[in-house]
Amino acid sequence: MNLFFASVQRDLLVHFRHPSEVLNPLVFFIVVISLFPLGIGPEPGQLKEIAPGIVWVAALLATLMSMDSMFRSDFEDGSLEQVVLSEQSTFTFVLAKVVSHWLLSGLPLVLLMPLAALLLFLDEAGVWALTLSLLLVSPTLSLLGGIGAALTVGLPRGGLLVTILVMPFYVPVLVFATAMVHAAEAGSDTIGYVYSLLAILFGSLCLAPIATAAALNLATDQ
Amino acid sequence: MFNWLHRLGSSKIFFEISGRWQVSLLSLSLLMLAGGSVWALLFVPPDYQQGNSVRIMYIHVPAAILAQSGYVMMAGAAAIFLIWRIKLADIAVKCIAPVGASITFLALVTGAIWGKPTWGAWWVWDARLTSTLVLFFLYVGVIALRAAMERQASAGRACAILALVGVVNLPVIKFSVEWWYTLHQPASFSLMEKPAMPAEMWLPLLVMVFAFYLFFFAILILRIRNEILVREKNADWVKRWLEVR
Repeated sequence: MNLFFASVQRDLLVHFRHPSEVLNPLVFFIVVISLFPLGIGPEPGQLKEIAPGIVWVAALLATLMSMDSMFRSDFEDGSLEQVVLSEQSTFTFVLAKVVSHWLLSGLPLVLLMPLAALLLFLDEAGVWALTLSLLLVSPTLSLLGGIGAALTVGLPRGGLLVTILVMPFYVPVLVFATAMVHAAEAGSDTIGYVYSLLAILFGSLCLAPIATAAALNLATDQ
Repeated sequence: MFNWLHRLGSSKIFFEISGRWQVSLLSLSLLMLAGGSVWALLFVPPDYQQGNSVRIMYIHVPAAILAQSGYVMMAGAAAIFLIWRIKLADIAVKCIAPVGASITFLALVTGAIWGKPTWGAWWVWDARLTSTLVLFFLYVGVIALRAAMERQASAGRACAILALVGVVNLPVIKFSVEWWYTLHQPASFSLMEKPAMPAEMWLPLLVMVFAFYLFFFAILILRIRNEILVREKNADWVKRWLEVR
């Protein structure tokens, strides 16, 4: 447990002192979203219709942008190897990394959601559903993305590869999350989607760190 | 039995045994492919609704079945490699990935060609098409990861982990996408139920399914033997084998 808190604390401290790595994906998110009205046209009705999909795809891309850095600096300065070699559990370390990644990239995206929704003319029900769905899903995104980040950590340019590896795993959450926003906009019940998203979250919470830890063992094994 | 399996896990013994089988396996599969195609294209009656376009089913359905079971086979080999560290299993993972990806691509293309006359569009965003497309991306991911890693040993383990994560995800992806939107007919074939079509239509389909599987294994054995030769090129038995040739 000490390892968990120490790791989270250190990551937060490092990123507060060098915030650009945290801010860049957020700027990217807003830039991508503001490109869509320019490409599609400024009619509010049309934008409102496709807003959940746009916001969600932009959020996935922004998460993937930040994914590459999850283990990289630890790998490069050797601290990852120390953790894997030590008697501390790699599973706990992975959970700590995922939690700090979520605090630094998932949570800020959730906070930006109302702004994104405003740009795309979503109504109030839609905004709430969008924010809630991202709150439920962003930990899953960090958990699943961690697998890709760990698999590619030893590679010089893993960023694009992470996207290819992880994108298929994001399909289910994308489907349920956008369906939830559409249902909320139509005024129907969304509790079923909340359950599905939570089920995916807890499933990946149990399984994804195992794969990530195995991949980290492999990366330090060279 | 286990002892026998263990012996087969050695690259050298697999190479010797598969050498005896590969020609007959390949010729049997080609024979069945040819026979099944002729049967399906010339002698099967046209469908009362779809007419002659139904004949593409005899390529599409076996390819779609094989695309999925190929991934499961790859994940099975990946598990064997991670647990028992049998090198042959890693070779199998490496060799299944491109073959499986090609078969998935074939299923997508034949589906598109079938979809044009039937649904009036090359592509629809339907559950089964989408999950096959995602399956294709999963294969591509495994191939891309292997290509990006230089060291063979770590590439093998990384791909094995990725294949296993993929196979856990596959049912979730399928379920979510099916729930999302569906237009495609349900599976034409299942192990448990009697097919809904008459015997003169499903018998050739069965032949084609078996032919596809045999062809898959024949190609796989060719690739695996090739890979064994490359990896063991400094071993004595490979040098001796090459001299005999």
